[in-house]
Amino acid sequence: MSPDKPHKRGGRRMDRPPAHSRFKAYFVHHLRSLIASLGNLYRHPFSNLMTILVIGIALALPAGLYLALDNARSISSNWDGATQISLFTKLTTSNEQAREMADRIRLYAEIGQVSVLTREQSRDEFQKLAGYGEALDALKENPLPAVLIITPTDAHAHPDAARRLIQKLQQLPQTDIVQLDLEWVKRLFAIMDIAQRSILVVASLLAMAVLLVVGNTIRLDIQNRRDEIIITKQIGGTDAFIRRPFLYNGFWYGLFGGLIALLLVGSSVAWLRGPVENLSLLYQSGYSLRSLDLRSTATLLLIGTALGLGGSWLSVGRHLKELEPR
Amino acid sequence: MIQFHNVFKRYPGGHEALADVTLQLGNGQMAFLTGHSGAGKSTLLKLISLIERPTRGQVLLDGVNIGNLSRRRIPYMRRKIGVIFQDHRLLFDRTVYDNVALPLIIAGYRHQEIGKRVRAALDKVGLLKKERVYPITLSGGEQQRIGIARAVVNKPPLLLADEPTGNLDPVLSLEIMQLFEEFNQVGVSVLIATHDLERIANMPYGVFNLRDGRLISNTVPAQEDSDHVA
Repeated sequence: MSPDKPHKRGGRRMDRPPAHSRFKAYFVHHLRSLIASLGNLYRHPFSNLMTILVIGIALALPAGLYLALDNARSISSNWDGATQISLFTKLTTSNEQAREMADRIRLYAEIGQVSVLTREQSRDEFQKLAGYGEALDALKENPLPAVLIITPTDAHAHPDAARRLIQKLQQLPQTDIVQLDLEWVKRLFAIMDIAQRSILVVASLLAMAVLLVVGNTIRLDIQNRRDEIIITKQIGGTDAFIRRPFLYNGFWYGLFGGLIALLLVGSSVAWLRGPVENLSLLYQSGYSLRSLDLRSTATLLLIGTALGLGGSWLSVGRHLKELEPR
Repeated sequence: MIQFHNVFKRYPGGHEALADVTLQLGNGQMAFLTGHSGAGKSTLLKLISLIERPTRGQVLLDGVNIGNLSRRRIPYMRRKIGVIFQDHRLLFDRTVYDNVALPLIIAGYRHQEIGKRVRAALDKVGLLKKERVYPITLSGGEQQRIGIARAVVNKPPLLLADEPTGNLDPVLSLEIMQLFEEFNQVGVSVLIATHDLERIANMPYGVFNLRDGRLISNTVPAQEDSDHVA
């Protein structure tokens, strides 16, 4: 035997399937793994449902908090847009003079809107506040001035621009006090910033929990199929091939967990909507509770799926490494 | 096909399973690996099938140094080796057909091709009628033959067998050995670890004999320059 021949023969014997066949087989294996992992969920409904519920709850919590924050922001954004300046005229200023003044101010470039609260209107409004009605009645004269409610244009609603406007208004002869209701909006935003960060912290912790839950569940699954993995590896299965069915398992856990989270958040919103609308009616606001929009829904499902895949990947990866030759 | 150059294998804890082993199995050669239990037979097979790596020395498979083969290339190298285990290592939750088809599925063969090859392999080991049954219902000898069918189904150039007749009665052992000879006759290199010296005494194949991790005799005829081409 010449030295080359047996080798060539060896080479020919070890034929590989053609590329298009391997390509097709790759997709077939994906499809198989996908269906097999669904079947696996179906075969062990109880334990799998528990896993999925845990994931769902862990995802629902940050999603719910996020939604609460989103709602708070949407309420306060109305306030932010309407930075209002209250200009109290001097007591000597008549309603007529106040109106003239309003007409003049309206011409400023910085001003969006000016409305006038006459002295009588001021009084009526003040009277509505509990406890003050009788005190006002006791006075012979109306102690309240006419008030101009001034809304700057959006460009001049920022704190600095608004402050310059206030200085300008302060110099008008009939002005007594100019007040800007901005400080509390700033505080509210600072509080919401803190809330947002806290939610991020909670969300990261819970994401880690999801990762661990999926990882642990997959680990048990791996233990049950340990022989299969060792044998598959021994006869030339790549890591990707072995990993695939487990990744699909993780994928389904994450996706179904995400759907459960959506369900939990959705039903909570539905349950709260009635009382919130009641409350907002009491405040004469047509505010209605917002639910997760399409983008947040997609994000939630995406994060759930990614965590499911990630947990599974980590778990299988660790195990595969143990089986490497030493 | 296989070359060992001064190979040592020391396990953590200091046990030296192989010491300074140098041997060679040419393309298309068949040989036995003997020695008492603990002599290092299994370790030697594990080094070839990339379950373990040598501590020192070189193990060449088909001209490739597999001692430091990267993780990614290991699966492809393993596909060149059909391994037959003493305990068969079949998957009991799958039919005989699915067990034998596994190497082909891994390699990415088409459905029709898989069917053809699986049936050819099962026919070769005489178990074509059992393709639909589960391995648990088969006898030890039949399970071993399923293991062989799985090892040869993707036509690897090298077959390794670790005590393939260990649990079988003499008649079955003979049948299994004849199967290996048949594969060898069509060009497959075969290396069989066994302690059944009686059985192999009359067979016309070389023997590597290990004792305490050392190669103490080698009757395998050297094939000159058998594989220097990768």
